[in-house]
Amino acid sequence: MIYWQLFLAFFLPGILGYGGGPASIPLVENEVVGTYGWLTVNEFSEVLAIGNALPGPIATKMAGYIGFQEAGVLGAIVATFATVAPSLILMIGLLGLLYKFKDSPKVKRMTNYIRPTIGVLLGVMAYNFFAESYAGAGVYQTIFLVVASYLLMEKWKVHPAYVIVGALVYGAVFLA
Amino acid sequence: MKQYHLFLAFFRVGILGYGGGPSSIPLVHKEVVEKYSWMDNDEFSDVLALGNTLPGPIATKMAGYIGYRVGGILGMINAIVATIVPTIILMIILLTSLASFKDLAWVGGMTKAVVPVVGVMLAVLTWQFIDNAKKGLGWLKAVILGVASLVLLQVFHVHPGILIAVLLIAALVQKDKKEEPEKKGGTA
Repeated sequence: MIYWQLFLAFFLPGILGYGGGPASIPLVENEVVGTYGWLTVNEFSEVLAIGNALPGPIATKMAGYIGFQEAGVLGAIVATFATVAPSLILMIGLLGLLYKFKDSPKVKRMTNYIRPTIGVLLGVMAYNFFAESYAGAGVYQTIFLVVASYLLMEKWKVHPAYVIVGALVYGAVFLA
Repeated sequence: MKQYHLFLAFFRVGILGYGGGPSSIPLVHKEVVEKYSWMDNDEFSDVLALGNTLPGPIATKMAGYIGYRVGGILGMINAIVATIVPTIILMIILLTSLASFKDLAWVGGMTKAVVPVVGVMLAVLTWQFIDNAKKGLGWLKAVILGVASLVLLQVFHVHPGILIAVLLIAALVQKDKKEEPEKKGGTA
């Protein structure tokens, strides 16, 4: 019974949450706090805050932790599966179809038409990250980190993994 | 070997992606297009676009589909597990042991310093998309579609999924004459 509830609670946000994991968080809260009462509002925001301080996708971290808390390891698996699987299956089906016709002019045109929009979406995200950094770390730190990471990644071709680890260390020491 | 590389690629994406799934997109791009060449830029942008039109977390949709393409069902499971399991375990350990973790000053500092770095990665990826759009459509159409998208998304708060779906449908129903005709159908 609890497994079925966990499945439903995370299936709905997974299938209704447009715009990636962060967009589905209010839907998760609605199920977990509102419908099933597994967590209080305070507990939920605590879990969310810690989830945000850790790397990786947020929706699956929430599902994994809440599933584990309610029903152990199997609960974590059920909740994560419900979050990930439905939209993934849809995606594989649709892309398979698209791939079959990838040489048709229609499909090529689809790719072309979409590109500027994807560019804008990414640009807006980039802007949001810079704005958040300006608010959190201040203008000088932001400029320093932007210039340094740009040079490292784009000019000297350092793998982003090292740049991110470097930034984590820098932040722990100088931005604490 | 392929499965091992898939695991490594998506493990790095999961463990380095600060700020939720969307911020890990440039990392996925780095691994999948640049490091392992499993896809070219065009394919990657198709996958990303379709991923954005569908509901659910974007990081796992990307990982699952790319894993599937590279290594079948096993590859799909492998890539998803690599993306999400390490951080879920981290989360469970941290929440069940030290719950005041997020209040530590150095943890906050770490998160702050990563934000502008992710911003740079996204900005670079943005430029690549705009550059590619120019190659595929020409400057004029690319700029018109770009500006129209910006206005619709930011001023009128049209949902990106809806906008992308409309563009896809417009591309589909438009007649195959040359490659030419009007572009206004796409921005409606």
